[in-house]
Amino acid sequence: MTGKPSMLYRLTGGRLGRAPTPPESSPGCPGGCGCAGQQGSNSQPVTSRRNFLAMVGVGTAGLAATLAGIPIIGALFSTPARSERVWHVVGSIDDFEVEDTVKVEFIDDDPVPWAGPAARNAAYLRRLGEEEFTAFSIYCTHVGCPVAWRAGASLFICPCHGGVFDREGDVVAGPPETPLLRLDTRVRDGQVEVLAAPVPVTGRRNA
Amino acid sequence: MNRLRRPVEFVKDRLGWEAMIKPIDHYAPPETTEGKSQWAYIFGFGILFSFLLQVATGIVLATNYVPSPDSAYQSIQYITDEVRFGNTIRAMHWIGASAMVILVLIHACRVFLTASYKYPREFNWISGVVLLYLTFGMALTGQLLRWDQHGVWTVVVAANFAGRVPFVGEHIAEFIMAGETVSGETLTQFYALHVFILPIAIVLLIGLHLFLVTYHGISELPRAGKPVDPETYKQEYQEYVEKHKRPYWPKGIWNELFFGGLVVIVIVSLAFLIGPRELAPPPDLTDLSAQPQPDWFIIWYYALISVKPHGYEEFFLVYLPIGFFLFLLILPLIANRGERHPSKRPFAIIGLSVVVGLFIMLTVVGLRAPWVPDYETEPLQAAELGTEEPRLLEGAMVFHERGCQYCHQIHGEGGEWGPDLTDVSSRMGSEQIAVRIVQGIGNMPAYQDILTTEEVDLLVEFLNEVDELEPD
Repeated sequence: MTGKPSMLYRLTGGRLGRAPTPPESSPGCPGGCGCAGQQGSNSQPVTSRRNFLAMVGVGTAGLAATLAGIPIIGALFSTPARSERVWHVVGSIDDFEVEDTVKVEFIDDDPVPWAGPAARNAAYLRRLGEEEFTAFSIYCTHVGCPVAWRAGASLFICPCHGGVFDREGDVVAGPPETPLLRLDTRVRDGQVEVLAAPVPVTGRRNA
Repeated sequence: MNRLRRPVEFVKDRLGWEAMIKPIDHYAPPETTEGKSQWAYIFGFGILFSFLLQVATGIVLATNYVPSPDSAYQSIQYITDEVRFGNTIRAMHWIGASAMVILVLIHACRVFLTASYKYPREFNWISGVVLLYLTFGMALTGQLLRWDQHGVWTVVVAANFAGRVPFVGEHIAEFIMAGETVSGETLTQFYALHVFILPIAIVLLIGLHLFLVTYHGISELPRAGKPVDPETYKQEYQEYVEKHKRPYWPKGIWNELFFGGLVVIVIVSLAFLIGPRELAPPPDLTDLSAQPQPDWFIIWYYALISVKPHGYEEFFLVYLPIGFFLFLLILPLIANRGERHPSKRPFAIIGLSVVVGLFIMLTVVGLRAPWVPDYETEPLQAAELGTEEPRLLEGAMVFHERGCQYCHQIHGEGGEWGPDLTDVSSRMGSEQIAVRIVQGIGNMPAYQDILTTEEVDLLVEFLNEVDELEPD
């Protein structure tokens, strides 16, 4: 009795499915002499089947890792989208004296409700003329510590490594190599507004 | 039944005890298990024990810590004041972190000294270097979780450093801050890093590190004139340990357990004695008088980037750290054979001495931080100067008010960044002093647009006379 190969076997070219069972005894192959050859040809599909199943296993695990990984890695590296920078009102124009540099504060745009102190931001604002203002980022251009405005000395001084900037934000002493970042300002309806900017990390600053 | 009469055997058999201890049940080089030299091999266990202690205290802290920007500070106050032993747990975690950093550095120095990173232990070293940097990563992220005035600025500074990395810097910075600025998402980002991501990486690498130590065996003490030859090393090592038949387990391990235990005892004792690191004021990114203070193991680097020559910013802030990291990483790949004994590796020893020397010197300089302006300095008064001369007193006021005194000392009062000006009149004439004030030099800003002519005159007069004045 000779078993027929299964349809799966034929469709997969012998990789999968039931192989044809050899005749139990063949007249031309007495004893077992010819069976060695028969077994040889028979073990080929079995090995391929094993290989294929191994591939199925590895492939499925790989697919699972990819499928699970996409949302996990994606979410891990997601940063909140901040498509538009927002103007912040920091005070009425009359609050500021010409030639004075003062600290102004504002709340970050659209903070999560639990942001607390993390949402609060500051900038330095200097009034130059009637409607002319300059705003400076508070972050030292060395490694990002907060520079302190010392009115008496008319200098911004960084407490971390002794960086010093003049009232125009230019470096006058210490390790920093680039001036303080300037923020955009505008006056609307007698209110001074500052355009919030990201923490000026170097990559962005040079861009 | 037999197995019930011998419950120990039963448990051992079913647990596969023999197989379990097999990795450490082998012969070790005799000098690593006895005599004075065995004490060179204890630091790894000290690190392991302090890490386990960090995990335990960390779990306790995590059960009470609220990783939300508006509550984190309060929750630490709660841990400190309300939780039973909370104060001590915080202290243990803080001191344990310092202990781990110290021990990791000592361990790395020891392995470098004995050149144990050479064939076949290249990956012992490489996994160790990654663990070293992960330890620093833990220390940094932990400093931030304190979420006090120093902590929040640590984020900004860390992001700034990361931002300088070529090509991907900006992305790393945004990953660190979880956005473009410090925001509501920043703290949870660091929390996840400190509590899950970095510890998991550390545990996996400790596993690899320990496996490699047992797999390749503990490195024998180096002998001068006996270079490592990959052709013969493994066989010679095997013959050496077989000859002496000193089992590592259980007797060879006693001093390591002793040291590990000692480390924990010292940490706990210090925790009871000195308590946790004092919380700085609550975080406020609009308080621009903040003076961010890094933890002690970062101070040397703070000092380095303060005193570095002007220019070279990218070199010191980017390429030096990255280069040093890569150098440590590939060290065993570029030098995996040859002499191991320190006496045959003069350049390696000189290099190590320079690095250790710089670390200590820069830490000392960084603790003094002379470049930090002295805002607290008080104006010199008539009594201190011993004069009633109004123009001199006015000069002293200008000297203080205009910020000269932030950086310059006079009669012991003032900052330390610039030279002491008490005896400036012996070095410079009036004209020179005036020019120096107006035009500045080096790190001395030009005061041309800041001071009035009258103020310059007052300062010059004051500086000319001040050496003659006798403070009481």
